[in-house]
Amino acid sequence: MNTPRFLTLVALGTLALSFGGPLRAQNVFESPLPPQPTGRIDELVFANLARLNVQPVLCSDGVFVRRAYLDVIGTLPTAQEARAFLQDPDTANKRSRLIDRLLERPEFADYWAMKWSDVLRIKAEFPVNLWPNAAQAYHRWVLASVATHKPYDQFARELLTASGSNFRVGPANFYRAMQNRTPEGIATTVALTLMGARAEAWPAARLAGLAPFFSQVGYKPTSEWKEEHVFWDPLGTSTAAGNTAPGRAAVTAIGTTPPAAPSLPVGPAPALRPAKAMFPDGTDAHVPPDRDPREVFADWLITPQNPWFTRNIANRVWAWLLGRGIIHEADDIRPDNPPSNPALLAYLERELAGHRYDLRHLYRLILHSQTYQLSAMPRFPAPEAVANFASYPLRRLDAEVLIDAINQITGSSDLYTSPIPEPFTYIPEDKPAIALADGSITSPFLALFGRSARATGMVEEKDNKPIPAQWLHLLNSSHIQRKLEQGPKLKALLDTGRHQAATIEELYLTVLSRFPSPGELKNAEAYGQVQPARPAPAATAGKRGAQPVKTVVIKRREDWIDLTWSLLNSTEFLYRH
Amino acid sequence: MNTRSPSPQTPPDPLGLSLSLSMSRREALRVGLFSTAGLLLANGHVWGAGTPPPAGAGLPAPPIKAKAKSVIQIFLWGGMSHIDTWDPKPDAGYDYMGEFRTAIPTNVDGIQIGELFPRLAQQADKYSLIRSMTHRNNGHETAAYLMQTAHTPGERLAYPSVGAVFSHFKSPGYKGLIPPYVVLTQPQGRFSEEGFLGPRRKPFATGGDPSAPRFEVEGVVSRGITDARQKARRVLLGKMDTLGSAMAASPELAAAELAKQQAYELILGQGKEVFDLSREKPDLRDRYGRHTFGQDCLAARRMVEAGVPYIVINYPGGWDTHSNHFATMRRQCPQLDQGLAMLLQDLQDHGLLESTIVWCCGEFGRGPKVDWQPPWNGGRNHYGNVFTALVAGGGFKGGHVVGGSDQRAEEVKERPVYPVDLLGSIYTLSGIDPHAPLPHPMGAEAHVLPAAAEGAKSGGLLTEIMA
Repeated sequence: MNTPRFLTLVALGTLALSFGGPLRAQNVFESPLPPQPTGRIDELVFANLARLNVQPVLCSDGVFVRRAYLDVIGTLPTAQEARAFLQDPDTANKRSRLIDRLLERPEFADYWAMKWSDVLRIKAEFPVNLWPNAAQAYHRWVLASVATHKPYDQFARELLTASGSNFRVGPANFYRAMQNRTPEGIATTVALTLMGARAEAWPAARLAGLAPFFSQVGYKPTSEWKEEHVFWDPLGTSTAAGNTAPGRAAVTAIGTTPPAAPSLPVGPAPALRPAKAMFPDGTDAHVPPDRDPREVFADWLITPQNPWFTRNIANRVWAWLLGRGIIHEADDIRPDNPPSNPALLAYLERELAGHRYDLRHLYRLILHSQTYQLSAMPRFPAPEAVANFASYPLRRLDAEVLIDAINQITGSSDLYTSPIPEPFTYIPEDKPAIALADGSITSPFLALFGRSARATGMVEEKDNKPIPAQWLHLLNSSHIQRKLEQGPKLKALLDTGRHQAATIEELYLTVLSRFPSPGELKNAEAYGQVQPARPAPAATAGKRGAQPVKTVVIKRREDWIDLTWSLLNSTEFLYRH
Repeated sequence: MNTRSPSPQTPPDPLGLSLSLSMSRREALRVGLFSTAGLLLANGHVWGAGTPPPAGAGLPAPPIKAKAKSVIQIFLWGGMSHIDTWDPKPDAGYDYMGEFRTAIPTNVDGIQIGELFPRLAQQADKYSLIRSMTHRNNGHETAAYLMQTAHTPGERLAYPSVGAVFSHFKSPGYKGLIPPYVVLTQPQGRFSEEGFLGPRRKPFATGGDPSAPRFEVEGVVSRGITDARQKARRVLLGKMDTLGSAMAASPELAAAELAKQQAYELILGQGKEVFDLSREKPDLRDRYGRHTFGQDCLAARRMVEAGVPYIVINYPGGWDTHSNHFATMRRQCPQLDQGLAMLLQDLQDHGLLESTIVWCCGEFGRGPKVDWQPPWNGGRNHYGNVFTALVAGGGFKGGHVVGGSDQRAEEVKERPVYPVDLLGSIYTLSGIDPHAPLPHPMGAEAHVLPAAAEGAKSGGLLTEIMA
């Protein structure tokens, strides 16, 4: 390849670059326009950045279309969608219009229900053991809540106060989806989920005050296998040994109870147990004996004035979209872990409470901001700049989103099954991974790439840190290679008989959601088998020896597969950026 | 590259390969050992990255000498029946013994095992049987968690399994070319094996089938991609990764790049030869059995030679025999018998048994009383009250029976052995302090094994069979 002809091409490329041509990486990934604050979020963020001497840079349209699809619907844009956006001449409004369209897509509900399912621990098997029917009911409720834009305050109240069968009343599973079902265990889960706080680190008295609100949660089995009722049990009837529905051996057969439970005192059930409860802000609670204490707690928690409730969800939503909470980690709200931008968090809280807890309002505010649309180039690595959102953070795709993207590109699918309990569960073939209800569905890929274990509901349970085995899988597994070789959609893309450059362009739009730069196009064209060009019939006669040897690059099918493989293994594909 | 010849770091082979035709079997095996061991030293420290774990909790070192360098765990998941196999009760009658009514003598006086294990009977001097394993838990996931962590299910922390704990403690000094914690061939997915130690401690599951003509280890040995194509691809990826080049300064990407280099060491380096069973003599492969489990055992022995600290064989197909029990036992036990007996013999022939622990059991046993009624029609249910574990090598003495069950193999009769005792003994023989702290990402206090104060039942370490 070191022919003089090739060197000329390189020189030309350098020339184009020096004239500000499209070869520079910045032009592929960044916008030449300076960010203009579009609202309160930008004013508050940019003010902090100015203090840090950071001049933020906007991302390019090619980066934006991919980012918006992945962040809002957890799904890669198709080549057609990417091309339509990039060629849309309405540069002033097309980003906003795209955001509004994406918020209405059906995948939006799937993707955001998946995020909630991690927080709410929707998993049929070990360690929370919801059981399959219950996991489905729980997920259906979450999915419907997201799809119908249920106000978040109502969503939280239903979770906190639900009673009924785990098979029929989805949110009742909130009280089952935890390993430790003691009043303290429940209180810890409630604090983590709805207050963004780690109660283990609280002063002991605060947790002791919260626990009594959950001291009257009862669980009782029914005669149907693995059905269980969650109910308000002020008399403690469900803890008395032998007090079970017909067909069940013993109360201790319920789920996973802590080791102390089997030795509960046998004898007359205690009379109405007084709940000496204290709210986490230190005020005493009055729980009348005729009220479910969970409702008393919900009345306290779910108000705009509560110092945890709105703050937790506003911060979580911000962290979901910008990769990092204003309070970081997003589930570690405490006085000695202050927000990096208190005015920003306060603004988001006011907006959410002022719009009847419609989370879409918050998504729109954030997604339309220039802050969300900043470049991911690591210009400002200082921790203060990172904590103040100077650039969009680079994050590897979630396991579910990654496999869905690979399947969309190649036109293949994965088999999702669950071998326990019998009979086996088989998920329909066309179901994407983001739409799976149950976190215990068997998938070596999802496990390898760090899907949430859904054991505790903590943010850090989803782990996107790189390990060598993930690279072995992406670079060299038969699982991925088979998709590249046999996936019908990719086959169709590569086999059209188009001009090479057109196929490469389509491949870029399909995998990276943008057009290739001229330099990338040349690199892609140069990959393959270098052969001497077949001389034109007229030239064969006479003076062949005097002519320079011309070469052409022949692309066999496997060369095309290698090209696709290299794009699939590129940082640009594997990461949100 | 001809990797059959010893690499420069290995001791010179005094006989030379040209004399191989006249070599004794033992000498030939020794040469083979050197050539695989050479792999382990060749250009190490790839998988060993990581900070050394903190020292133990300040307790005096256990008095028992750590002899084991590797562990092979044969996990009979689903729960293998104990009464049909290694704890037979011929006097208990048909309702208990079912179709397998006789026990057979072994090469150790006074020890008898089930009739389906004639080969293992000839190796009884190499292993000991713990016939009083107990935890009284009958759920697959909870019992598997108990047997692999010794911690009580239901605690807020999700503890790592034994293999992940080994990976944590053994990785810092590890110089091998393949990952320190390998699963043959499929992960068992009953719970997240790495627990709170995080994905770095996940097992590497080989996939593929070692009894196939070519053992295609997922991600390592790929079908139809030559090394030349691998290298061309790697160069291409370097050229096409526009964003990666533009963002090379990102710490996030530096970690990913390091992980990618480690993966390429395995794809293009010599490590994959460990998985190449065609380097073994055909008759040796025959003696292990030309079935997945037999060849799993052979692959495990090659990994021991390569220095892998922890290897799990998840028994292909499992043992959850609620129904069709006796037919399944007739099919599977002879393979278990052949593979395991040969593994012990072969480890001994290679001089590796002294430094390699082999332990073999399920998450529980199976009900000693046969379920004759429909729909089981002669099946056995989950049973955690008493069951049997087999241990060998690495400092475990052979030829002993620890504890015992009652007349019908229903309860522990003497010397209960709890998961804490079995795992504690394995850790101790491997030089891992069972009381050592484990790093928890949230800073919670966690130790390898639960302390007595946490309510874990214990019958004491297996000192009677620890040399």
